[in-house]
Amino acid sequence: MDIQTWTFLLVGLSFALYIGIAIWARAGTTKEFYVAGGGIHPVANGMATAADWMSAASFISMAGLISFMGYDGGVYLMGWTGGYVLLALCLAPYLRKFGKFTVPDFIGDRYYSQTARTVAVICAIFISFTYVAGQMRGVGVVFSRFLEVDIVTGVLLGMCVVFFYAVLGGMKGITYTQVAQYCVLIFAYLVPAVFISILVTGNPVPQLGFGDTLADGSGTYLLEKLDGLSAELGFTAYTSGTKSMIDVFFITFALMVGTAGLPHVIVRFFTVPKVADARRSAGWALVFIAILYTTAPAVAAFARVNMIETINGPDSMGVAHASAPSWISNWEKTGLITWEDKNEDGRMFYSGDDRNEMNIDRDIIVMANPEIANLPAWVIALVAAGGVAAALSTSAGLLLVISTSISHDLLKRNLMPNISDKQELMYARIAAGCGIAVAAYLGINPPGFVAQVVAFAFGLAASSFFPAIILGIFYKKMNKEGAIAGMLSGIGFTTSYIIYFKFINPGANMPENWWFGISPEGIGTLGMVVNFVVAFAVQKMTGEAPDHIKELVESLRYPKGSGEAQGH
Amino acid sequence: MSFQTDEHAKDYWKENLRLLVTLLVIWFAVSFGFGILLVEPLNSIPLFGFKLGFWFAQQGSMYVFVALIFVYVAKMKALDRKYDVHEDD
Repeated sequence: MDIQTWTFLLVGLSFALYIGIAIWARAGTTKEFYVAGGGIHPVANGMATAADWMSAASFISMAGLISFMGYDGGVYLMGWTGGYVLLALCLAPYLRKFGKFTVPDFIGDRYYSQTARTVAVICAIFISFTYVAGQMRGVGVVFSRFLEVDIVTGVLLGMCVVFFYAVLGGMKGITYTQVAQYCVLIFAYLVPAVFISILVTGNPVPQLGFGDTLADGSGTYLLEKLDGLSAELGFTAYTSGTKSMIDVFFITFALMVGTAGLPHVIVRFFTVPKVADARRSAGWALVFIAILYTTAPAVAAFARVNMIETINGPDSMGVAHASAPSWISNWEKTGLITWEDKNEDGRMFYSGDDRNEMNIDRDIIVMANPEIANLPAWVIALVAAGGVAAALSTSAGLLLVISTSISHDLLKRNLMPNISDKQELMYARIAAGCGIAVAAYLGINPPGFVAQVVAFAFGLAASSFFPAIILGIFYKKMNKEGAIAGMLSGIGFTTSYIIYFKFINPGANMPENWWFGISPEGIGTLGMVVNFVVAFAVQKMTGEAPDHIKELVESLRYPKGSGEAQGH
Repeated sequence: MSFQTDEHAKDYWKENLRLLVTLLVIWFAVSFGFGILLVEPLNSIPLFGFKLGFWFAQQGSMYVFVALIFVYVAKMKALDRKYDVHEDD
């Protein structure tokens, strides 16, 4: 069977599985729709959280990014995993004890204020839409490359599947589907990684092969070889990177804190039965995430050596384009690899200086890996199914946040407090449907700024939710004035910095112009500091939170009695 | 109030915070310390085919993160039982 038949088969089977799960796990009440009835096993929840978290970007783009960034790629690895330590230790157990449905729920109740709730709802919706647009694009790219349908058909197909299980099953359907999606995506990631690790280093464990000697018998370590190649070709050494230390520090911090503040991640910890389960569940989530995240940098290094050797040849003289392997011409068709024969010798050459003739999109590293390693057609199809699973699982989680924010936080808790549970559930489904339509539109007509606004999602989560929740739990005296002023100034600061450098004056987006050398990607860290400082200052001026709020906070701090807090 | 005395409630929270701070110090040390601030001096130490600082940035810190959460889970479970504020099984 050829690649396309395999892809149709595997993607089709996985879709059938997701839909089957959706029918089995239909939600009957708002509680099932919002938090899956609060009865998910912590290991299953950990797996679902991992699938929810690992998006098309983690699956398709991350290894490629690291491959091109070398050491600097560590910001994503540490940033997107370290946040789970904060989640497990500082947020998840307490939010689970609080026992409501959403992040704006917590902010609104803890700070006894509709204004605080509204600020939180707007942030949650904005963050989720920013994120979901990127996911839809990911689905489109995978479909167009592997199924050779156009991006519009690909996006619509993906949307139909998500619509089916998210609207029907709510959190319950999404959780069980995500468990299945995790299995598909991790299998699809590991199989080519193991093959390519054996190919390059002879070691079947990618994490170990990463630090092993090459399989060519030369006795050279893989990373030594990469550093050597980089020096020869005019790149910075693979193990040192180009970003300044302060920028690496701030970006890593912003990603960590942002991760811990993302509403679609936090909400997952409302779905387990007990506080102790919320703690365990965060641990399992990180185990499942780390399996992919520790493999990614290894894949990045293997792919880089492989790619440079395929293009430049073992003698570094360049390989004749006419005799290039078929994956190069396959990807040239998609425009993701381009070759411009500058010195007209008919040979390709890839380097970091003016000898370079290649333009290689970083996204292809993962997708082309099985082809580069000459793996069978079913492995290539598996990668397609995995990419789709990663994109769908994350979009579904985000759509749920959007729909609950609207039906629960905005309508039930704000505008229409008298609607019944059935009506609220109906509004939740309608909101999910509308959310999907908007997401599909954004996927088909991606605004040019999607890539630029990803920093936004993390910056906003870091500078708004994270400090407000931390203070809400660890500082009893924090009042609504302090929290609202803190959130607004944190968001205001972060937003203006990002908008200035990304939209108003993108030409000035250079290290010399950045404050303290911090790029817009890392500014969320400073925004978080601003939030904390303003919140403290305003709280000192306006007095302490009322006594019943202090009691509420006290009750969050120990697990006993978590069951009682579940309902409304 | 689920604690037997106010004193217990205070002690429980104090022990919780002490554990939290200890684990967060380790969290900071392996990622921001070894992986970023001290990466250059550590890179002169080899670990198999890795430079040590680079290994912490791209591998080691993640393994430590996972371990930290499970240590926290175990210690908190013991603490909850000590003060009898655990949930019913």
